[in-house]
Amino acid sequence: MASTTAPASPRYVTDTAAAVRLQGVVKTFPGSPPVTALAGIDLEVRPGELFGLLGPNGAGKSTTVGICTTGIRPTAGDVEVQGIDVVRAPARVKRHLGVVTQDNTLDRSLTLWENLYHHVRYFGIGARTARRRADDLLERFRLADRADAFPRQISGGMAQRLQIARAVSHQPSVLFLDEPTAGLDPQSRLLLWDLVRDLLADGLTIVLTTHQLEEAERLCDRVAIIDHGEVLVCDRPEVLQREHGSGMVVEVRLRQAVPDDALARIRGHQDVDAVDRIDGGLRVRAADRDGLVGLLVADLADAGLTDLSVSHSTLEGAFIALTGRDLRE
Amino acid sequence: MSDTVVHDRRRPEGIRAGASWRGTLATVQGLLLRDLRVLRREFGAFLARTIAQPLLFVFVFAYVFPRIGQEIGGGAGAGGGGGAGGGFATVLVPGLVAVAMVFQGITAVALPLSQEFGATREIEDRVLAPVRVEVVALAKVLFGAAQSLLAGLVVLPLVLFVSAGQVVLRLDRPLLLVVVAVLAALLAGALGLALGTRVDPRQIGLMFSLVVLPLTFLGAVYYPWAALAAVRWLQIVVLLNPLVYVSEGLRAALTPTVTTMPVPVVLGALTAAVGILLWAGVHGFVRRTIA
Repeated sequence: MASTTAPASPRYVTDTAAAVRLQGVVKTFPGSPPVTALAGIDLEVRPGELFGLLGPNGAGKSTTVGICTTGIRPTAGDVEVQGIDVVRAPARVKRHLGVVTQDNTLDRSLTLWENLYHHVRYFGIGARTARRRADDLLERFRLADRADAFPRQISGGMAQRLQIARAVSHQPSVLFLDEPTAGLDPQSRLLLWDLVRDLLADGLTIVLTTHQLEEAERLCDRVAIIDHGEVLVCDRPEVLQREHGSGMVVEVRLRQAVPDDALARIRGHQDVDAVDRIDGGLRVRAADRDGLVGLLVADLADAGLTDLSVSHSTLEGAFIALTGRDLRE
Repeated sequence: MSDTVVHDRRRPEGIRAGASWRGTLATVQGLLLRDLRVLRREFGAFLARTIAQPLLFVFVFAYVFPRIGQEIGGGAGAGGGGGAGGGFATVLVPGLVAVAMVFQGITAVALPLSQEFGATREIEDRVLAPVRVEVVALAKVLFGAAQSLLAGLVVLPLVLFVSAGQVVLRLDRPLLLVVVAVLAALLAGALGLALGTRVDPRQIGLMFSLVVLPLTFLGAVYYPWAALAAVRWLQIVVLLNPLVYVSEGLRAALTPTVTTMPVPVVLGALTAAVGILLWAGVHGFVRRTIA
């Protein structure tokens, strides 16, 4: 897709020091008792990067995205997108925002082509340009042959692609993707990431929330791990892995309780960082070393080993070390 | 890389600030174009739902009833209200136009909004248009109002035709007609917004039983408000129903032979109702879109 010959002029221009900046952002939802969703978030997303927001459910990811995209008013703190105050100038900020939420919010009364065309018109862009953009984007997002279909007639993967196409159709500076691959089949997911990479190559800044740690690790320039409404760490995935992570996380399911001597044996192996009891088994964080899994199996053979899963996600180790929780729990 | 950056859209801050009202208008135009496309696509349904009810009413009450000797309103209707001229058809026609107009606010604004807020969250895309969300809400009212006017224009000639010359219509106050029609249309749009931002899509049926029907039956549609003098308490209670002022206003403008409320009262009440419903609607819209 991306042109390799002529120096492609980026479609998405980011020209301030930070694409997104949050300082001391607090959000308390009223109620009895009031719920503090964000306890003071500081973040800075750099222009042109793919920034991942990771955290367990209820950690405050979606609230953070909601505040950046004008849907949620912060209780305290400053939020800027492209140097524009989100709270004071929501209308102006929206020109710079592309937003894809978790729900399918496509306009059910309009065809795919019309979804794009009218969205562009909402931004005060003329009919000719809007028509051209709708054509181009359908082509680019592999939806051209369904241009006249209605949103109810297309697959989840197509709907998600159209939502992203729509979100970038007015050429924003920052694209927010909230759990973009949730519920997609592997093939749709791969295609989606290809398209996301193309958008990055065009210079767009992308902020995404995800449960897919391996994807985040592979794709994101930097990630922030959020829990209980606070940023625990924010850095490049490899730095987080070096400072907080383990090379590998092994989870085992057991029919019986783990005997203490087996636990001690596991803890005594070289390169094992930590062993935690989890519901119905154990979680072992260790350096990524050949043979270790075999040792674990041998240690636990008497405890009725029923299932074993190995994750080589370095981020996953960091995540568990920092939050004490598994992202999928 | 950085010197190939093209600042195609990033107009200088000052120009953008100065042109922001123009940007707002362009966005409103974009929002209206979307609604217009949907209306065009569903124009048959629009016509059907707009004309079915008034057509049936006027056919049964102004055409069938007189022929089977069941004429209503001869004594209790227009005459009883102290009006000098016009039979039941004369009372009925402006009332049916009023219902058609106000009803349109509910079907054109409240029903879709209730869906878009509730089940599908479709509204979120329009909420991200580069204007304050209040502007998105007002654009919805504007389109509802336009559709309401269109409904009035469709229904009036139709009911006149079906009631076959029994209506004493006098268009000698065109300015009043325009003012009443515009206020009625805005009222319809604002009512639609207020209901649409509050009613859960699953409660649509309930809304019809508890809001639409009482509004219609107690809206001085089938009788002039003055006729309610016989039931004094009811005559006072129905003053809370904005449809009363639309019916009375249209009577004052279309069928002056029927005694109506004083015109300044009608216009004042319509203006107040538009104001209150707009406030309630916009407030509801903001509450549903910004946490």
